[in-house]
This record gives sequence, C-alpha cells and structure tokens, in this order.
Amino acid sequence: MKLGIPLETSATESRVAATPKTVLRLIKQGFEVFIETKAGELSSYSDQDFKNAGAIILPSATALYERVDIILKVLALTKDEIKQVKSGTMVASYLWPAQNLDLLTLLAEKKINAIAMDAIPRISRAEKMDVLSSMANVAGYRAVIEGAGHFGKFLNGQITAAGKIEPAKILIIGAGVAGLAAIGTAHSLGAIIRAFDTRKEVREQIQSMGAQFLTVELEEDGATNTGYSKEMSPAFIEAEMALFRAQAKEVDIIITTAQIPGKPAPRLILKDMVEMMKTGSVIVDLAASTGGNCELTRPGEIYKYNGVTIAGKVDQLPAEASGLYGNNLCHLLDDMGKAANFKIDMNDDIIGRAMVVHDGKINWPPKPLSVLNVAAKPVAAKPSEKVTLDEKLERKLKRPTAEEVSKKNARTATFVLALLGAFLYLIGLVAPPEFLAHFTVFVLSCFIGWQVVWNVSHSLHTPLMSVTNAISGIIIVGGILHIENDLKSPITILAVVAVLVATINIAGGFFITHRMLKMFRK
Amino acid sequence: MTLGLQTASYIAASILFIMSLGGLATQESAKRGNYYGIIGMILAILATTLGESTQGHSILIAAMAVGSVIGIIVALKVEMTSMPQLVAILHSFVGLAAVLVGFGSYLSGHSASSSNLPPQSLTGAAHTIHLVEIYLGIFIGAVTFTGSIIAWGKLQGKIMSRPLMYPGRHLVLLALVILSVGVLIKFLNAATTEGTNLLLIMTALSSVLGILLVMAIGGADMPVVVSMLNSYSGWAAAAAGFMLSNNLLIVTGALVGSSGAILSYIMCKAMNRSFFSVIFGGFGASEGTTAVTSQPLVGEVKSITCDETIELLKEAKNIVIVPGFGMATAKAQHSVYKLVKKLTAGGCKVTFAIHPVAGRLPGHMNVLLAEANVPYDIVLEMDEINPELPNTDLVMVIGANDIVNPSALDDASSLIYGMPVIEVWKAKTVIVSKRSMAAGYAGIENPLFYKDNTRMLYGDAKKTVDALVMALG
Repeated sequence: MKLGIPLETSATESRVAATPKTVLRLIKQGFEVFIETKAGELSSYSDQDFKNAGAIILPSATALYERVDIILKVLALTKDEIKQVKSGTMVASYLWPAQNLDLLTLLAEKKINAIAMDAIPRISRAEKMDVLSSMANVAGYRAVIEGAGHFGKFLNGQITAAGKIEPAKILIIGAGVAGLAAIGTAHSLGAIIRAFDTRKEVREQIQSMGAQFLTVELEEDGATNTGYSKEMSPAFIEAEMALFRAQAKEVDIIITTAQIPGKPAPRLILKDMVEMMKTGSVIVDLAASTGGNCELTRPGEIYKYNGVTIAGKVDQLPAEASGLYGNNLCHLLDDMGKAANFKIDMNDDIIGRAMVVHDGKINWPPKPLSVLNVAAKPVAAKPSEKVTLDEKLERKLKRPTAEEVSKKNARTATFVLALLGAFLYLIGLVAPPEFLAHFTVFVLSCFIGWQVVWNVSHSLHTPLMSVTNAISGIIIVGGILHIENDLKSPITILAVVAVLVATINIAGGFFITHRMLKMFRK
Repeated sequence: MTLGLQTASYIAASILFIMSLGGLATQESAKRGNYYGIIGMILAILATTLGESTQGHSILIAAMAVGSVIGIIVALKVEMTSMPQLVAILHSFVGLAAVLVGFGSYLSGHSASSSNLPPQSLTGAAHTIHLVEIYLGIFIGAVTFTGSIIAWGKLQGKIMSRPLMYPGRHLVLLALVILSVGVLIKFLNAATTEGTNLLLIMTALSSVLGILLVMAIGGADMPVVVSMLNSYSGWAAAAAGFMLSNNLLIVTGALVGSSGAILSYIMCKAMNRSFFSVIFGGFGASEGTTAVTSQPLVGEVKSITCDETIELLKEAKNIVIVPGFGMATAKAQHSVYKLVKKLTAGGCKVTFAIHPVAGRLPGHMNVLLAEANVPYDIVLEMDEINPELPNTDLVMVIGANDIVNPSALDDASSLIYGMPVIEVWKAKTVIVSKRSMAAGYAGIENPLFYKDNTRMLYGDAKKTVDALVMALG
C-alpha cells in the first residue's frame, strides 16, 4: 500500500505527520512511503533524511495525492486539497468534526475515508494513538518554557553572594495532560507551583508531580464519564473566581489549560485579575485556539497588557511534536492491520468512532462510549479515569463504615476485658502464691512477645519461625534437670531422648536461620 | 554454680531471647538477632548443666553432641523450597520433648528414686495445679508432636494435601477434648501407677486429636497451620516451665507462643478468614461443585508464546513479578532472578510483589528470593505495590493463583471474597505463567485469566523462565 505525507499548507503549522524515524516504522509495517518535498523543513527534517530512511520524495502535493492510498496529515485537508485527492483514499489528521461539519460533507461527497485523530476515544487501548495527550504533553512543557522566557527573573530560588533570589510562583489551571506536563517542567526548574482543577480526583496526581493542589470548598466534582471535565455551577464559578483573584496578586506566571470539548474555553482569568498581577508577570494561555481562558488573550499573538505579558500562542516544538504525532499514527496503522492486513473495521471501538467519514457517509457524532464501562473492565485506565463514582459508591455499600467498625471493636474489647478480669479473679481465689509468681512472669512475657513480634517485617517471617523454633528448644532445660546418674532409670532415658531431640531443634533451628539471613542482601 | 548465679544466667538468657526476636524487625539487625538467640541458648544450657543438682554429665554431653550434629546436617542439607517441611518437623521435636519432660517430671515427683529436683512436697491446691500443669504440658506437647508430623507429611507430599472430610468431624474432635478432660479429673485423684497409665491414655487421645486437626486442613491453609503449631510448641515449653517452676522456660515459651499466635493471626487476616474457620475448616475441599462463581466468566482465555512474551518484556519499562507457590515447586527462583537481571540491564525497572500468604510458610517467597540473591529492597509487600500497579506496564504472575484473584474484591459469593489480593489486573498487561488452567488451592475459578489484558503463558515455571532468559540473550 502507498502512503503519503504532504507538506502542511497552513502558515502557522510547522509540524509534519512523519519523521525519518516513523518512516522507518511505516516501511517496516509494509507501506511504501511518499513524502512531498520540504514537508519536514520546518520540523528540521531534510528531504535527504527522509530519503535515507527509505521514503520517496515527490515534487508536489498533486503528484502525491495521485499516487497514494493513505494520506497522513497534521491539519485537516482544506477544501482545495480535497478536490485533488482521489476517491477511496483514507486520510488521518486533526479534523475537529464538531466544528467542521461542512468539511465532513465535502469529504463524504468525494468518498474519502477520514479519521479524525482528535476523535479517537480516550480509552486505555487507544492511549498510544491519542494525539490530544501527546500534543498536550508538548504544549504543557513548552508553556512553561514560554512563560519563563517572558518572565524577567529566575524560576528557582537561590541564595548567592550577590543576594537572595526568590523562587517564582506559578499557577497552573487545569491538570489534564498539559497541566501535569507543565507542573513537571516547572517543578524541575525550581519554581513554586500551585495547580487548580475542578476534578477532585486529580489531587494526588498534582501532588505527586510536585505542586500544591488548590481547591474550592464546595462539594461539586467536575469529573464526567467521558474523562473530561464538565461545566460547573454558578456558585462554584464564583468561588473559583475569588480563588483566582487571590492567586493573581501573588503569582508570577499563570498557565491555563482548561478546555471543554466542542465548546469555547471557559473564561477564568478576567481583566481585573490581570490588572491585579505584578508588573512583569506572564500569562500563557494554552486554550487560545478555542477562545482563551483569559479574557484578554489574543489568539496567535503575544503582547503586553499593563506590564503583563499575555501569550496566546506557544511554539509547537515541531521536531518533537512531529515525532510523537508520527508515532501515534504508526500505532493507529498498526491497530488497523499494517499494510498486509489493512482493514477498516467500523465495529472496532476506536476506528468506529474516529472514522468520522466512511464510504460516503458521515459518522458523526459517534455513539457514546462511556468511560464508566471501560473503567469497569479493570484495564490500566488513564489516571483521570481511575476511580469512577460508581466504583466509589459500590465500595461504600460493601464495606462497613468506620463508625460501625469502631463500635464493634469497642464491644469486643469490653467483652475480652471482662472475661480476662473474671479469669484473673478466679485464679487469685484458688491459686497459691508460688503459682501466681510464675503466672505473672508468663503473662508479662506474653505481652513482651506480642509487642516485639508485631515489629518483625513480613519478609522475615520464615526466619522468625525458625528462630522461635530454635529457642523453643529451651525445653532442653527440662530434660537436663531430669537426667540422673542412674542411666537405667526410666526417667533418665526419657530425659536423654528429650535432650537429644531438643538439641536437634536448637542446632538445626539456629543454623538454618543463619543460613537464611545470610542470603538476604540489599 | 549456685542457684543465684543460675537464676541470673536465666534472666540474661531471657533478655537475649527477647532481643533476638526484636532483632528480626529489620533485615539489617536480623543476623544480630540470631546471634543473640544463640548466645542466650548457650548461656541457658551452660547454667543448667553446671547447676549444683545436675547429674549424668557424660550422657548429657553425648546426647547434646549427637543432637547438634544431626541438627546441623539437616539444616545444611535442606533446600530452601522445603523450608516449610523442615520447620514443621522441628516443631514436632519440641512437642515430643515436651511430652517426655512431662512424663519425666511426673515420674520423678512421684517415684521413690532419688530425684535431683527440689523435693515435691506439694499439697492441696498447689499439688493439683502441679498435676494440671503436667497434664497440660503433655497434652499440648502431644498435639504439637503428631500435628506437626502430619503437617510435615502434607507439605512433603507424603500425605494428600486435601482436607480429610467426614461427617461429624467436629463432634469427634469435641469428644476427644471432653474425654481428655474426663481423664484429667480422674488423674488428679490417682496414685502413681494408675496416674502414669492415665497419662498414657491422654497422650494417645491428644495424639489422635493432633492428627485429626491437621488432617482436616487443606494445603492452602498450611501457613496458618505451621504458625499455629509454632505457637503450640511455645505453649508446650511454657507449660513445662510451670511444672518445673522454671521461669526461663515460662518466658521463652510465652515468647514463642505469642509469636506463633501473631503469625497465625496475620496469615488469617491475609486470607480474610477467622482463625477458627481455618482450624476447623476443611477449606479448599472439593465438595462437589466448588468451582462455581455467581458471575459468569466473560471474555476468553488468551494464551501467548515465549516469543510474544519477549516482545512484551522488551517494550515494558516497569515490570512487577508476583511469585507464588508454583515458583517454589518448580524451584524457579534462580531462573527468575536471571531474567530480572537481564531485564534490569536493559534499563527496565523490575520489582517483586509478595502476598502475605504466598507459599506454604509466612515469608516463604522472601526466603526463596533471598536464596536466589534477589536484593530485598526490590521485594515489596502487597500494600506497597497495589497503589503502583496502575502505573505498571507489565505484571508477570509466576505460579500464583488465588492471591491475584479479582473475585476476592468484586464477587461477594466467592469463597475468598474479602481477602486482600494483589490487584495485578490494574496493570497494562498481565502475563500469567501457569502449568494449566487448573484452579488454585482454594478450588475456585480465577476471572483474571479471562481479562482483556491477561495473557496465559503455559508451562512449568522454571522451563518457561529459562526459555525467556535464553531468548533475551
């Protein structure tokens, strides 16, 4: 099968749908790979690099579209491009089908099979082809670098001979893939990071990346069964705004990543908040393409407002991003059967949803695939999908509450103590003092044993057993005390046998313990 | 040696024993702990042997010499995989010694022969208590003795590991206990000769009791049984201490007894079963239709070849290995570590996850891995590994079954429902190395094998792992 990668025609797009490395993979999958000349130039991959990897370079897009069966692209085909592509071709690219219904119609008319890489369902099996995640990762990293570039100070705190440097404070809004990537990058640069998300379940992820989790004290969870967050209630938004206002006064850099699929990005940073920020502060708005989280963001532009730099675009890091995007495409083709068994299976969970135009028909919106169902299958879910509400509820129903447990424990303890008290009373009534002296020793030893043994680590339970086994050979003392000079006396015979077996126990027990412990090493 | 010095040595020995158990808290101090135990034991034996009233030194030394040689030879020769058997048989020795000491104590207290013990001029309550002590000591000793021998037989495979089930099982046990109590009452008022006979009868009764108790317990519950017998051997020693008025014996016996009790408790908790249900259990019996699950098993079992496994191993960055009894029976621990070294050299992070009841002895897997030189800091406990599993690329389950069974968490009708398990299915991929599709010791189906992300790698654990090591080159 022939596979083609054209040069991206949009002026703002610097990525390409393949790199020499992914070309190697595609060829290994059995495809014949054609690349339009200069396709990789902006991503710093030369025609020669592609040629070395085994691709055939074509002089123009028209030549390419004539030849190939599959087209890999970053951005969707434009109306003009669609005209040049032959019917029956499959195209994989970003498509944003919800916003581009007219494009879908054109594609359907031309009988082009189109996969929207942005419509690949976010289930674990599809994670390896999830371009939204892979690109968000790049964006998150770059947002911090961008922010640091416009910020006139260090990110990390230092104490130098020339004076003390305060660490920068960064606020990251939205802890999806981009947000978490941003936290990781900012953390490694030494900044103090705070992160906000409406989904409570991401708290641990945020903290594990090294940021402080900011939250609004309102019982509302933004998690939905699609793995994205939903829109929140007015009361929640009000509380949220108050929080952002307080933070705006303090932080040096704000990075926003909040997006809701198919809708304009929520307005989170308002004009008055920007005005509260310190001069020299930076806002990096990763949601600029869908309108921006900041009221003052100008998509595709970086400018200064009142001393605050507002970045409505970030560099695409095309060399890295192209590689990741190309890998996502390779995984997709892998899943579709490579060149030899290539097949469009509309019953497949992934292809059936991502293939938004198939055989002249528009397949959008797709039937919903709830993450809930997926999470019930215990596959390694994406972190944000880890614990669904249903599962939590189920657990609550099944396990007794802490209160019940503590009540039950209290009852048991009372009962045991009463029993113990009665027992001791009886003993005290009848037993002679000599016995009681021994009994004291016995009870105290039991307690010491109880305390000591709880500390023994799990991994040492076998040695613990063999050592206790060895020391229980102390029964030898009983044997020794019974041995008499008269060897024929039955007592002596009994005692000698007792001593013999007890010694086997002692020697064997200690020796085997020693052998075992010698083996444990760090 | 005067009595005062002897007592002082006993105190020192007691302290050393406590420190010995304390030393086992961490791997770093464990060896020291063992030495404390040895020193304590030597001190105790010396103090007793050199005591003023001790006689028959030559025969004593001869017996100890023979015993030591036998003990050391056994300890040298035993394989780490047969550790459970060794521990079981050693318990039986303590039981036997307790029985013998009990008889000795009774005979010397009541015979006219010149006893080297303080004259037994006990009367009234003290006398009765003394007799009860002897009786109890022999009783516990005999149960420990025969019980341990049966446990040894089961672990060694000489006796079927399936629980022995028969109608009225509990009644038989109860009858034996009641009979023993009856004999005790008679014994308290008996003359020496008759008393000896009664003691012999009781010994027979308790021996049968020990046999029946352990026969009724299935292979999977062996960790509990072995720890329970460990505990009994301690109580037997403590009882001997009471009858001889010897505090050292009491202290040591109590230490060992409580240690075994704790171990049994931990094991039971790890299986989410009550102690009594284990002891009187018969769990893991195939009573007709045990392999029933309320939830129909969905999905299909997907097998995988060695080559495909290699591919998965090479791709994974983060691997967790869950060993079970199958690894022990196949003696695969060395091969597994070879595989781990290969994988680690390839830049992959490999850890081991140990379930508390994996194997047939508490901590059995840790010992096997230690034998194969696996550093203990990559060996994690269930509670440590469970939160990590969602971020794990690949889990290899080697010869384990029930401890990775998801129905313990989500199927209320399952026999093992509520038992904490290693949640391997949360990892991206799970490879299960297993001889066949047979059910585990609990005799129940494992839905894990039907999961989407599970692949079955059939074959003997050692051969399979060896093949993987070879293929990795």
